[in-house]
Amino acid sequence: MTTVTEAPPPLAPTPQKKPPRRRGRLTPYWLLLPGILWLLLFFALPMVYQASTSVQTGSLEEGYKVTWHFATYWDAISEYWPQFLRSVLYAGTATALCLLLGYPLAYLIAFRAGRWRNLILILVIAPFFTSFLIRTLAWKTILADGGPVVGALNSLHLLDVTSWLGLTAGDRVLATPLAVVCGLTYNFLPFMILPLYTSLERIDGRLHEAANDLYAKPFTTFRKVTFPLSMPGVVSGTLLTFIPASGDYVNADLLGSTDTRMVGNVIQGQFLRVLDYPTAAALSFILMAAILIIVTLYIRKSGTEDLV
Amino acid sequence: MSLVRWLKRHLVVIAGLLTLGYLLLPNVVVTVFSFNNPKGRFNYEWQQFSTEAWTDPCGVADLCGSLALSLQIAVWATLGATVLGTLIAFALVRYRFRARGAVNSLIFLPMAMPEVVMAASLLTLFLNMGAQLGFWTVLIAHIMFCLSFVVTAVKARVMSMDPKLEEAARDLYAGPLQTFVRVTLPIAAPGIVAGALLAFALSFDDFIITNFNAGATVTFPMFVWGSAQRGTPVQINVIGTGMFIVAVLIVLAGMVISGRRNRQKA
Repeated sequence: MTTVTEAPPPLAPTPQKKPPRRRGRLTPYWLLLPGILWLLLFFALPMVYQASTSVQTGSLEEGYKVTWHFATYWDAISEYWPQFLRSVLYAGTATALCLLLGYPLAYLIAFRAGRWRNLILILVIAPFFTSFLIRTLAWKTILADGGPVVGALNSLHLLDVTSWLGLTAGDRVLATPLAVVCGLTYNFLPFMILPLYTSLERIDGRLHEAANDLYAKPFTTFRKVTFPLSMPGVVSGTLLTFIPASGDYVNADLLGSTDTRMVGNVIQGQFLRVLDYPTAAALSFILMAAILIIVTLYIRKSGTEDLV
Repeated sequence: MSLVRWLKRHLVVIAGLLTLGYLLLPNVVVTVFSFNNPKGRFNYEWQQFSTEAWTDPCGVADLCGSLALSLQIAVWATLGATVLGTLIAFALVRYRFRARGAVNSLIFLPMAMPEVVMAASLLTLFLNMGAQLGFWTVLIAHIMFCLSFVVTAVKARVMSMDPKLEEAARDLYAGPLQTFVRVTLPIAAPGIVAGALLAFALSFDDFIITNFNAGATVTFPMFVWGSAQRGTPVQINVIGTGMFIVAVLIVLAGMVISGRRNRQKA
């Protein structure tokens, strides 16, 4: 990221050639124009429309008008706070699980895979090419009632533990929070592994040798050398997992039940089925604000602002 | 005792391979169930082996139509996002200009936003404009969210480029256009190709934004979503498996070719 701040190469030749230099000064704006216009029109402007819709009142038949009806926000929060809470909890748990599961694999690819490295990397990326909806539906088979996974969990009495924790219900895994979190973890795991791998791969192997020479045990080396150096990957990996997971409604819909609805499900339902646009816009606005605040705080705290 | 030591030594490898298994398990299930002959409308339970779906992958109404539509949208979205994104990336790396910070955040924000928020706000825009939801609204949306990813991919490549190469071209009396076409573009090409591939994959598999802005238009992910409610034909597993195999073959072929080229250089 340091190269950005460096002066760009001197493009304009000598000062006496005035016309080309002036043209050169406008060049960046011409290059930016189409793309930035696109983003302003179809990313920024919609946000304005959404904000305006959220303070409108009216009905679908008579049309909506801006009445600065901020009570919609209050109503939305008081009615749908459980879904908001669930989104944060499920996405947070899935992110933690992704880190826990993804780190060993990223480490394996970076340091232990040898000539298998490229093959494993391909295997991490390849599932992407089968539509994620089809793969999520496959979890319905894997976690099916009376299937091998449920059977194994049952015989180990793990289902009793998860039932007690409220993660599963009775002999079922499908249609429970556990299934939703499992799906979220699965779907966003590659987004954790790839940034982790990128930052682990950059670590100089001699640092490990040095730690070894200074009598650090393997775990100490990991704690004091490897993990701190992989922090940029941890930060971008957790963001790339948490942000999409918090707005997801596919996993909660396909693998969950009405008791596992997340805020994404509510927004989708209000927009596409109930057609209550103000409430849906307010919910979406709250989600956006919450995510922006969480991301900003997190980036500040972890001190890797050059990520942006 | 030696088993414990062996386990301790290879703990990371074992944990990593278990995660890899977790990642690949659904693909195995999708592949196996593409040979299923289910009893009811849903293909979730194993009944008996059959190759029927493989011999007739388009045997379900609208399935291949939706696949063709998804490919079509992905191609156009990739083209649009790659051109617009590459221009922005060059402007960001090669020029100093005002409002650079604002441009950077405008590009970063779509990547830091849950998809459902972008989807919902775009829908409010289209509804307010009275736009007809369909192919064009989906294409507009796809170009929008692919753009940032292309910029990031191309920027990384252009930034690592040695500006001296372009200076050398100019010293050798190459004009600006000639320098760009003969020197800059070939060096930036891997970044542009990476950005384009990413855009294609993102657009082809996008569901949430499409779900909001497609109206009655049915892309392949929309078809799968609908079938999860109405009944899942075995054919979607065939398509899923086929795409997986094609993608792996393309990647392997690419690796063999680039490996051979590197050997020739060495």
